[in-house]
Amino acid sequence: MNFYLTYVLVATALFAFTALFTLFALYSERKISAFMQDRLGPMEVGKYGSLQAFADILKMLQKEFIIPSAADKILFTLAPVVIFVSVYLGFAALPWAPGLSPSSLNLGLFYIFAILSMETIGILMAGWGSNNKYALLGSMRSVAQMVSYEIPAGIALISAVMISQTFNMQEVSIKQGILSNETILFLGIWDVSSIGGFLAWNVFQAPHLILAYIIYFIASLAECNRAPFDIPEAESELVAGFHVEYSGLRFAFVFLAEYSMMFLVGMIGVILFFGGWNSALPNLGSVRLADWTSSLGWGIFWVLFKTLLVVAVQIWIRWTLPRLRVDQLMSFCWKVLTPLAFLCMLISGVWRLTMM
Amino acid sequence: MYVNIRGLASNNDVNRLSGMRNKLLNVFRTVGRGLSLTLRHFFAATESRRVKSITDDNYFLQNSGTTTIQYPHQKLPLPEVARYQLDVEMDDCIVCDLCAKICPVDCIEIESIKSTEAIGKTSDGTTKRLYAAKFDIDMAKCMYCGLCTVVCPTECIIMTDTYDRSTLTLNEMVYKFSDMTAGEAEEKRIALEKQNAERQAAKQAALSPEKPK
Repeated sequence: MNFYLTYVLVATALFAFTALFTLFALYSERKISAFMQDRLGPMEVGKYGSLQAFADILKMLQKEFIIPSAADKILFTLAPVVIFVSVYLGFAALPWAPGLSPSSLNLGLFYIFAILSMETIGILMAGWGSNNKYALLGSMRSVAQMVSYEIPAGIALISAVMISQTFNMQEVSIKQGILSNETILFLGIWDVSSIGGFLAWNVFQAPHLILAYIIYFIASLAECNRAPFDIPEAESELVAGFHVEYSGLRFAFVFLAEYSMMFLVGMIGVILFFGGWNSALPNLGSVRLADWTSSLGWGIFWVLFKTLLVVAVQIWIRWTLPRLRVDQLMSFCWKVLTPLAFLCMLISGVWRLTMM
Repeated sequence: MYVNIRGLASNNDVNRLSGMRNKLLNVFRTVGRGLSLTLRHFFAATESRRVKSITDDNYFLQNSGTTTIQYPHQKLPLPEVARYQLDVEMDDCIVCDLCAKICPVDCIEIESIKSTEAIGKTSDGTTKRLYAAKFDIDMAKCMYCGLCTVVCPTECIIMTDTYDRSTLTLNEMVYKFSDMTAGEAEEKRIALEKQNAERQAAKQAALSPEKPK
């Protein structure tokens, strides 16, 4: 019985985390965008508007569920759940600290990628079920975009997996720091197994992974449907895209999924390329910075810190770059990112055989 | 489609390649410029705008930081010549109706009652002979042109520095300046009618010759 209790507790904790993160990200996104545009952002609710996100969610909780009379009721009501759950399930395989992972799957990355693709179905359900031309257009664009960008993202991740030789996210993390049993070579030449820190991260073990990370980062932006790849939402063209007919809590779930997705893709990138929960500080002689900053608490701190940094960059990019056109989006994916990702994979293979 | 039969790089290919390279460099340059711009503004946001009057010498010199003025909490100081909502000094008003006539949007409504005698004098010495039973200005219609203040002979209608008087209903935007109650107005009206009737009778009496007996 305790078994099931643990399951429920872990699931609740993860849900609470995604919800809290969404509120936090919502507030920080509004503030960051405001500062970038020389505005102040929310200022009225709480000190410096810090309770604005709670006020927003309270408002949403009170709102009526509106189902358009011509909508497909089953698809329409089910879609936000499918969208959110597919993202939320992705969190199951992500390690938070040494020995702290909701589930240590041997095919962790595979599982995450498979389950994330389910979101596309949810978005298509939302668009089709709404029986609204804007929603349908938005969801079609979204499906085209997400299916296309999964290829460069996947290949870029595979090139990192080829360096780590495992799909298990926990093991990928272990192999990038001082807890590793194998020798870690910085740039393939200098043994940093006992030095650790940022020198042991995948991007520094094999420098071409920086290119792979950039490819993955761009593709992950597209998978989150965030600007400059927000053509599924495209406020100026499609009103709000696939979620135009949603109100109240259902809309909140779509929102929750978007922000959780930002965190999820950021964290996958951090784990595979930037050492996951490993400390960024190396051991310098007798100053054992890496040893001191590698524990359960520190692990959570490092992974949160790195991921939030990535999320901040995502927000920064959203408020800087304008939206791509559909054809630009597709040609960029297929003509630039996919070939480059394949190149990275090739280099990874050669690197694995010759340098490691 | 262009096919290079000899298998050598022609000028055409070289041009296309260098064009692509330039395009790629341009992408990086412009993206970098945009990102650095937003980042600069982000860090400049630690400084926020100080509330200064437009008459201040440094008003236009503040080029960085957030520009928001949190309106109800902060207000820009008004210049001395600020002309916003209308106000009427009823003691000085001679109810000449000029303001209502000149108003381009007809937002002033005046109803006058002739007095039976001189009521008094305004502060500039003009004699008042009319009561204002109704002096309504609909500020929802007013376009703040200020023509009424120009034509007013006694300068009793003026523009004040009040610019934000929000109301819950549109009716509240109609400002009533008349200081008479309905009862008083009725009283004056009856008095006027009585006087008119008396005068009429006197006139009749004066006009008609003595009736022969």
